[in-house]
Amino acid sequence: MNRYPLWTYVLVALAVVLGLLYTLPNFFGEAPAVQVSSAKATLKVDSAVLARVEETLKKSGIQPTGLFQDAGSIKVRLADTDTQLKAKDLINQGLNPDPQNPSYTVALNLLSSSPAWLTAIHALPMYLGLDLRGGVHFLLQVDMKAALTKRLDALTGDIRSQLRDKSIRHAGIARESSGVVIRFRDAETRAKARKQIEDQLPDLQLADSGDGTELRLTGTIKPEAQKRTQEFALKQNIQTLHNRINELGVAEPIIQQQGADRVVVQLPGVQDTAKAKEILGRTATLEIRMVDEDNMNAAALAAAAQGQVPFGSEYYVERNGQPLLVKKQVVLTGERLTDAQPGFDNQTQEPAVHLTLDAAGARIFRDVTRESVGKRMAILLFEKGKGEVVTAPVIRSEIGGGRVQISGRMTTVEANDTALLLRAGSLAAPMEIVEERTVGPSLGAENIKKGFDSTIYGFAAISAFMIVYYAVFGMFSVVALSSNLLFLLALLSLLQATLTLPGIAAIALTLGMAIDANVLINERIREELRAGSTPQAAIHAGYERAFGTIIDSNITSLIAGLALLIFGSGPVRGFAVVHVLGIFTSIFSSVVVSRSIANLTYGSRRKLERVSIGNTAWK
Amino acid sequence: MEFFKIRRDIPFMRHALAFNVISLLTFLLAVGFLALRGLNFSIEFTGGTVLEVSYEHPVDIEPIRNTLGQKGYHDFSVQNFGSSRDILIRMPLKPGQESAALSRAVIEALTAQDRSANLKRVEFVGPQVGRELAENGALALLITSLGIVIYLAFRFEWKFGVAAVIANLHDVVIILGFFAFFQWEFSLPVLAAILAVLGYSVNESVVVADRIRENFRKMRKASVTQIIDNAITRTMSRTIITHGSTQMAVLAMLLFGGAALHYFAVALTIGILFGIYSSVLVMAPLVRWLGVRREDMVKPAQDRKQEAVV
Repeated sequence: MNRYPLWTYVLVALAVVLGLLYTLPNFFGEAPAVQVSSAKATLKVDSAVLARVEETLKKSGIQPTGLFQDAGSIKVRLADTDTQLKAKDLINQGLNPDPQNPSYTVALNLLSSSPAWLTAIHALPMYLGLDLRGGVHFLLQVDMKAALTKRLDALTGDIRSQLRDKSIRHAGIARESSGVVIRFRDAETRAKARKQIEDQLPDLQLADSGDGTELRLTGTIKPEAQKRTQEFALKQNIQTLHNRINELGVAEPIIQQQGADRVVVQLPGVQDTAKAKEILGRTATLEIRMVDEDNMNAAALAAAAQGQVPFGSEYYVERNGQPLLVKKQVVLTGERLTDAQPGFDNQTQEPAVHLTLDAAGARIFRDVTRESVGKRMAILLFEKGKGEVVTAPVIRSEIGGGRVQISGRMTTVEANDTALLLRAGSLAAPMEIVEERTVGPSLGAENIKKGFDSTIYGFAAISAFMIVYYAVFGMFSVVALSSNLLFLLALLSLLQATLTLPGIAAIALTLGMAIDANVLINERIREELRAGSTPQAAIHAGYERAFGTIIDSNITSLIAGLALLIFGSGPVRGFAVVHVLGIFTSIFSSVVVSRSIANLTYGSRRKLERVSIGNTAWK
Repeated sequence: MEFFKIRRDIPFMRHALAFNVISLLTFLLAVGFLALRGLNFSIEFTGGTVLEVSYEHPVDIEPIRNTLGQKGYHDFSVQNFGSSRDILIRMPLKPGQESAALSRAVIEALTAQDRSANLKRVEFVGPQVGRELAENGALALLITSLGIVIYLAFRFEWKFGVAAVIANLHDVVIILGFFAFFQWEFSLPVLAAILAVLGYSVNESVVVADRIRENFRKMRKASVTQIIDNAITRTMSRTIITHGSTQMAVLAMLLFGGAALHYFAVALTIGILFGIYSSVLVMAPLVRWLGVRREDMVKPAQDRKQEAVV
């Protein structure tokens, strides 16, 4: 009656082994490490860099305890913090000959010191939140004035193309500090233009001025459109930060709006404020401009390299070392880009980047490409005020519809990188850090200790009580509770869910609540015994009949847990994740695990006279 | 070992009216405190700045308060946080005030006063975020309550669902009443504790309801009152042991969890203690007032399979 089929025992044993395996990395602690990542969007950290790091360390006689390369960074694990600091300086000098313009970011970090085979099976230590490991926090202020200026620039371009489309003749369009001024020679044209702009660009507030042949139409952005622009700028900046931080490999950052024009960025575990700033500071903006074909001759290029750049152009060097003169006039900015994806050319199967432009961008692009077939256009990426030519393809034909493909002379990796940069690279408005703070590691360590203590003492008290009150069955319950803790920790490690202080509180609370199931079972067994059932029948009935109630009670807890998970943010979310996971692990451990042990202990005894579950003698 | 050797059913229902009056009074008191004093919302909800500063030696609050007052700050609060060497300064939201500048100015003033002042943590929450958090919290409470009513109605009968949720929401209001009366800080973790305890306490009601249903089947001759009395008496031992165990875990948190978990544990404690009372002694009389009958629970044509109960 009280026997499980073999597979159930195997399942339980397997769960426990897996639980142990995935909980294991948490006990190894963390070792000091140095992390090398690229400081430039177009530069890759590859095995060549790994070799250089290795060589640099070897020359100075530093023996790293581990050297790893993962997506986008190289990590060097070191024996102690002294060596860590020394190694950081050495690697920095070795990789960045010019400190003013570093190619690589070298930062201090912590790395799990669990053995490589554990890491290989993805057994990682739990991911600790900002309140536990310490970390940096930034408040970024979005420059809303710049966002408006950018919008006004875009609108100016729109007016120009609108008037051209409708063949409305104007005497000049100029963007002034507060608005766009269009000059006309006669009132009739102005009225026509005004109607056209009012229809097509409802964001603009128009005002007539001037007289005679000096007629002017001034367009300013309407207040509600200004508000919309600012909101959009903030949203896009948050999105861009998300992309940048995510794709650059900072795990689980927190990026939130704060107030009307600020963004909060929390990077848990990042010890090095400078490194975090570096990541955020990658405010790449994208511009498409025409190559100055008139001056693309050897003499002009040589002169430009010496600093004598022709008027209206700028001198750049392509990634392959080719010098290039690019016009200052901007055709398109990253704002007009809605998407960029890596892919392949349909005909040649070459790696390519597919761009999608918005309506206005598509129109501009069509006009420009129609006029410039055979010429080259340059796609420039501005990082930290410095521009770089990502690619300068030749325009093969007029491109309409806003779908653009850049191909040729690209590897798959380059196509991927370019797409990522183009996609993530467009900030709607510049940002600056107005607040930064560090949650000290000491505070984090304090919180870990407090949370850990609460859990352990709670666990000990419950265990002691259960054993005293329910004797051997109490012990079964304690084993079940221990396995619950094990499964919960293993799951948290496996899922890499962020563990916060409220999360630890949820672990403690889960243990306190999980024991409910075992109390239900044990009470039921006692009751059955009291009613005169044989011990085997009582055990059987106890587990079978308590099961429905256990499910019921966990479902109501789950409803609350899920509501918290869906609507919670910050500390509540950290709590809810653990709470919900804990509900699942506790059902398994209190029902299946504890019954396996009871079955193993009592199930095989044919003549079981009594079971040890405390006093049931009274009637 | 056995705490509960109860041979005869305890006549809980005879005192049902008394329980209901007690519940109503505590409930009204809690509502009164909430209305009169209101909750002391943390900056997560109201917006503002919190600074945690630690010193190398125990510090007096008064000089710090004076220093900040002299700097022209108003409406701030300074209190010890966890130990006599740590203080927590709360500053209200001021339009046009830069959080970075504020925290810098405050810590400068404090270090000028005492060299060992060390800024451990700064938290700044804007009004926008605060409003969102409050809205989401209320929504979570609503969804949880609805979810539980629907689940219990589906599992038992609507009368049980309604009674259980009223009983447990009454707990929630009482927890809030405590927070209002003592002006304890109501933060996001406290909200999480309240919802967790809501889901947890409903279990008691489920267990009692289960037993009432079983009794309706088994005790064919008994009156509704007898059935409810028997159900409560039989499940009492389990109720108290379970809540006791959970309270042990919470007590450990209260003792060792430090200041950060303090009010979280306090909310849980109140919730667990009142949960024992309300989910049994408020819910069961309510079910009776709502007029539960044998026919509600035991459908004649339905299968007679034994429901899992304790």
